[in-house]
Amino acid sequence: MAAVELRKLSFRYAGSERWALSNIDLVVEDGESVLITGPSGCGKSTLARILTGLIPHSYPGELEGEAYVFGMNVKDTPVSRIATRCGIVFQNPDNQLFTFSVEDDVAFGPENLALPPDEIGRRVDEALRLVGIEHLRYSSPNSLSGGEQQKAAIASILSMRPFLLVFDEPTSMLDPFSSANLIQRIFELKKSLEEAGGKTTVIIVEHRIDLLLKYLSRIIVVSEGRLVLDGDPLTVLEESYRSGIPINIPPILQIYFRVKEKCGLKKPPGTVKELVALLRNGEPKNG
Amino acid sequence: MVEIAVENLYFRYPEALNYALRNISLRIGEGESVAILGENGAGKTTLAKNLNGLLKPTEGSVKIDGVDTRNLSVAKIARKIGFVNHNPEHQFFAEKVEDEVKFGLRNFGFSEEEVEKTVQEVLSVFGLDEYRYKNPFQLSGGEKKRLAIASIMAWRPEALIVDEPTIGMDYAQKLNIRKVLRSLVSEGRCVIVITHDVDFAASICRRAIILSRGEVIGDGGLRELLSDEELVEKASLRKPFLLELEEETGITGLEEDFDFISSILAEAFKKCRS
Repeated sequence: MAAVELRKLSFRYAGSERWALSNIDLVVEDGESVLITGPSGCGKSTLARILTGLIPHSYPGELEGEAYVFGMNVKDTPVSRIATRCGIVFQNPDNQLFTFSVEDDVAFGPENLALPPDEIGRRVDEALRLVGIEHLRYSSPNSLSGGEQQKAAIASILSMRPFLLVFDEPTSMLDPFSSANLIQRIFELKKSLEEAGGKTTVIIVEHRIDLLLKYLSRIIVVSEGRLVLDGDPLTVLEESYRSGIPINIPPILQIYFRVKEKCGLKKPPGTVKELVALLRNGEPKNG
Repeated sequence: MVEIAVENLYFRYPEALNYALRNISLRIGEGESVAILGENGAGKTTLAKNLNGLLKPTEGSVKIDGVDTRNLSVAKIARKIGFVNHNPEHQFFAEKVEDEVKFGLRNFGFSEEEVEKTVQEVLSVFGLDEYRYKNPFQLSGGEKKRLAIASIMAWRPEALIVDEPTIGMDYAQKLNIRKVLRSLVSEGRCVIVITHDVDFAASICRRAIILSRGEVIGDGGLRELLSDEELVEKASLRKPFLLELEEETGITGLEEDFDFISSILAEAFKKCRS
């Protein structure tokens, strides 16, 4: 069963004349790692809200077409039921944290699933460890820095152990080191869940692409509410570059796409060192 | 013009056991472009809020043009030093985008004619014309960020502190914000940018103040500091792309214009042109 299936999906918010999303057809198979990107205001976050049922249940508006998450039609499935399969980490951690301690926020989801206390404890431990904030367990979310709040918000979703994880700009508040770390942890988590027998689908809505690139199986570009590109990461990025869609193509690729033909480069370099070596010496003869 | 002087600043939040900032002394003056960098929780935002009097030192002092922030109202400081919060929603309260921009202007006694003209100007600079009558909370993440900056920039403060200006921005908008901040710098205004985006910081700021666990571990030329690998690692940062490229190629003076860089590189490594 596909993790996500959208059929001719359109949505506009109440009071808005513009369609935030129009005519989207999209299937994401179970186990994929997908980036959804596109210019600011293109409808990325709206798409994420649909996948979790927040649209149409919490955001009033007009929804046309169909949206299924693991076969559940989001139109007539309660958000609480979708939440057992799909967890979303919002752009703004303030929207996610509401109790007086990080521990309580992280335990909130599992408590609402009516899990036994020792299982809740295990999940809280695991979630805090996965994002590296065990030391903040008893802190008040209000006293944390922006980046720490973001990590707490992610932990509060991981404790639900969802099959589909949707992240809306998860690293926006994090320093470069923590960002790289978090992304690595997300995909390690995915791998370890898969080794334990369950597939996990990861959908990330992000402007920052560089850190994610090596983990992705697919990139989807949304522009002005429409799905304009969809495919393997490198092809999509090159196409965005050629068609001038303003997404954050990593600097190394910005240069690679411009010089590859002129310089006969066949494979994109991963680091600045590699780029310069390729330019200096050309492609190595035997791979 | 404005001068901010920080002396032996210690700051502790009321309920906290530890100091969020320790023993900070620095001066930021007219026309400077400063990046405040450091890992999550290092104290960057806390320092910024001390610089504009939103927070008052627990010990030590912050003086703005020689006057201790303890003796200045937040509004009075805001006229000189604008602060753009990292979370735009913390800043919004009006029901229309235009009212968000008008609010500060009216409070600072601009005439209605000036208010009208300025609103038009800043909304256009930030690409928000079409949202003029929309509710700020209905904007997308990136649009909210632009409005937050626009509504502060409107009254042209002498110094501007921007907390994480690139969050939620696509490439075109980042270039747009960069252009705006650079033009402020070239007008001789002081621009202080708190960011994790080292490439963005390097494209605007000459000076960097690097914080780690509430202390300044580096204060000086941005390029020099971010070339120091030990320091960069300690602060959970990374070297800016262009700096790395310059070091690897020996070509200097690169600007973030990929057409330009690509042609320079292709030219420099002629071998690959054949």
